[in-house]
Amino acid sequence: MDLSAINPVLFVAGFLVAATPLIFAALGELVVEKSGVLNLGVEGMMIMGAICGFATAVETGSPLLGFAAAAVGGALLSLLFAFLTQITLANQVASGLALTLFGLGFSALLGQSYVGIKPPRLAEVNFGPLHDIPVLGPVLFSHDIILYLGFALVVAIWAMLKFTRAGLILRAVGESHDAAHALGYKVVRIRTLAIMFGGACAGLGGAYISLIRVPQWTEGMTAGVGWIALALVVFASWKPWRLLLGAYLFGGITQLQLNLQGAGVAIPVEYLAMSPYIITILVLVVLSADKSSAPASLGRTFHASS
Amino acid sequence: MNNPPLLALSGLTKAYPGVVANDDVSLTIAPGEVHALLGENGAGKSTLVKMIYGLVKPDSGTMQMHGTPFHPNEPRAARAAGVGMVFQHFSLFDALSVAENIALGMEDAPKLGTLSKQIRDVSEAYGLPLSPDRIVGDLSAGERQRVEIIRCLLQDPKLLIMDEPTSVLTPQEVEILFKTLRKLSAEGTAILYISHKLEEIRSLCDSATILRLGKVVGHCTPSETSARDMAEMMVGSILKTPLRTGKTPGDVLLDLRGLNAKSPSAFGMPLRDISVQVRAGEVLGIGGVAGNGQDELLAALSGENLSQPGMVFFKGYDIGQLSPIARRGLGILAAPEERLGHAAAPDMTLTENAMLTGAVREKLERRGMLNWPAATRFAERIIKEFDVRTPGPGNAARSLSGGNLQKFVIGREVLQRPEVLVVNQPTWGVDASAAASIRQALLDLAENGAAVIVISQDLDELMEISDRFAALNEGRLSEPRPAQGLTVDEIGLMMGGAHGMEVAHV
Repeated sequence: MDLSAINPVLFVAGFLVAATPLIFAALGELVVEKSGVLNLGVEGMMIMGAICGFATAVETGSPLLGFAAAAVGGALLSLLFAFLTQITLANQVASGLALTLFGLGFSALLGQSYVGIKPPRLAEVNFGPLHDIPVLGPVLFSHDIILYLGFALVVAIWAMLKFTRAGLILRAVGESHDAAHALGYKVVRIRTLAIMFGGACAGLGGAYISLIRVPQWTEGMTAGVGWIALALVVFASWKPWRLLLGAYLFGGITQLQLNLQGAGVAIPVEYLAMSPYIITILVLVVLSADKSSAPASLGRTFHASS
Repeated sequence: MNNPPLLALSGLTKAYPGVVANDDVSLTIAPGEVHALLGENGAGKSTLVKMIYGLVKPDSGTMQMHGTPFHPNEPRAARAAGVGMVFQHFSLFDALSVAENIALGMEDAPKLGTLSKQIRDVSEAYGLPLSPDRIVGDLSAGERQRVEIIRCLLQDPKLLIMDEPTSVLTPQEVEILFKTLRKLSAEGTAILYISHKLEEIRSLCDSATILRLGKVVGHCTPSETSARDMAEMMVGSILKTPLRTGKTPGDVLLDLRGLNAKSPSAFGMPLRDISVQVRAGEVLGIGGVAGNGQDELLAALSGENLSQPGMVFFKGYDIGQLSPIARRGLGILAAPEERLGHAAAPDMTLTENAMLTGAVREKLERRGMLNWPAATRFAERIIKEFDVRTPGPGNAARSLSGGNLQKFVIGREVLQRPEVLVVNQPTWGVDASAAASIRQALLDLAENGAAVIVISQDLDELMEISDRFAALNEGRLSEPRPAQGLTVDEIGLMMGGAHGMEVAHV
């Protein structure tokens, strides 16, 4: 065993990358759940984003266009969920599960001709001299634009929920859709928009896996990140900063266990592989002792019966 | 009078599948007028005000405001035209603060800091103290209503609609509310006041429109019309007052000795040191503002929440640890307040609902096998004896109107020959004649030797049927006093006076 083989700088830079798909997916779901909708289809929307982004990036040669396509793909698939749950009033849990299964299957079909191809690489943001700062430079200033976008999105969502009227209305709809309706807010429209935002975010997260983190296309390559995102939202008590913390924790331990595997630590690989899931959930369970923060209308079907 | 009325409705009609909610309704309201809208449940009061507030579109008919056509497509438009509405079931968000709740009801809400100051100003001007930073879930019902009223007042309404505003208030809080409303009316704000409490309407309102089955059946000047006449116009028939013959109570059946219990829900109220004895043949009325431990007390008596040993006794036996089924076997039955979801399973048929609570005492079950024919007969008996309007016992509980389901839920317990019956809000949302028959059934039950505990927010009802009266306030039960001769002021003090009103100059 040779722990010195682990380079701390590369390690930290690596875990920021590992956490980013999770940040996108969980942040999108946080907004969806704040509006009172439980969408279990995150995994399906991520994998659709992964293949849409990958295919577009390969065909056009532009990774940024790929990310745009991923957001559109995720949002389109989420629209199916919105139709089922908001228009036909189908059960949200069942619709979400169906969405995941559908997304996994459909993405495999779309991706048949893309297996084994390398996608174009997204360039790092040029920070000029900042990049040359020792340690901090490689850790913080040597990433692609999407990673920074993910961090900015956390700040933006937090501020939106806390300080803006739009955020207040979103929370109100999730808290009591009947009261919101009585005040004249368009519950279905607001929730549909939230669902689409969640879909777009999940799509971006999926594409980050297929274009940056891995980068290649294989069937089912999101490998449960969507489910972790769902758990993360709950354990983060629907708070963006806590969600960021959970995502970094998960990304960090994922990266650490990969490094430990590489260093040949005498722990069976299976234990190492499961450690990020267990530790993230444990920490967040402890953090989420104040459980009362779940949106009160979460998962309940709204029908404007007069 | 050359001035056009503030609001004129003419020929408004709204039909839902199977029922005409409003049929050719016309009325006018002048600026500063307090206009009462009277009627039983299902008479179409709510539909009418929803049309004015833009929540429902009329099928035909016209509305005019200040002489110009008024067709609000949504509440936003109605609010912009100066219509404010205080809802019967408060349209508030528990997890948000007072200021946030108020901001949600405004078109162009200022920043929260500015808004908080406005809230303080308005609440002082109208004697309705309210702190903008508090979380609404922690407020009492009276305080929640203040949130709604202040939300309307901040938008300077020309017409304020109030849907059953006093059903959750103590008498003192009602007085404060009326002072506020009179002040508003003096300033020129018209008020459309919906209620079925006739004495309140007589003291507050300038004029009244009476609806029955969606039609206007009369107008009157409340201060010159007796409550009984108005009630009979609402119902369309002569009302019977429940009868009871005086009788000395028998043995102590239920005995609470210093009952303490935590509330299972976060926004609930724990029970604190409740001691009371209830005798056979006696009706104990328990008043108090909602949320002061009513649900918890019922749960502790029915066995939904178990209590510590030594606190709840039935005929001298400690039953605090017995489950609801065991207590039903002993003859302690309960009918909780929430009809859909607590007292009845909404999507199950009436037969199934009859089976759910009647299985033990009506012997509808043997060795785990269910006797459906007997359950159907039991359900049919409830429907017949309590005049439940439904096609038959095979209909889902959800399909019944609130009042009819209430009759079913109460009848189901009464017909199981309870020794102790606990009911919470037995006539909530039930029309006047059905309420009278439910009260009569409760009195008959006591007459036949049962101990009856009636928890209710309706003080008139409690005064009508109780032998003794006590009030719940913050989870504590006041000393029970003979109901005869209690004054409204005494009752109000037992209920804890006006909540949070110490600073008000009233």
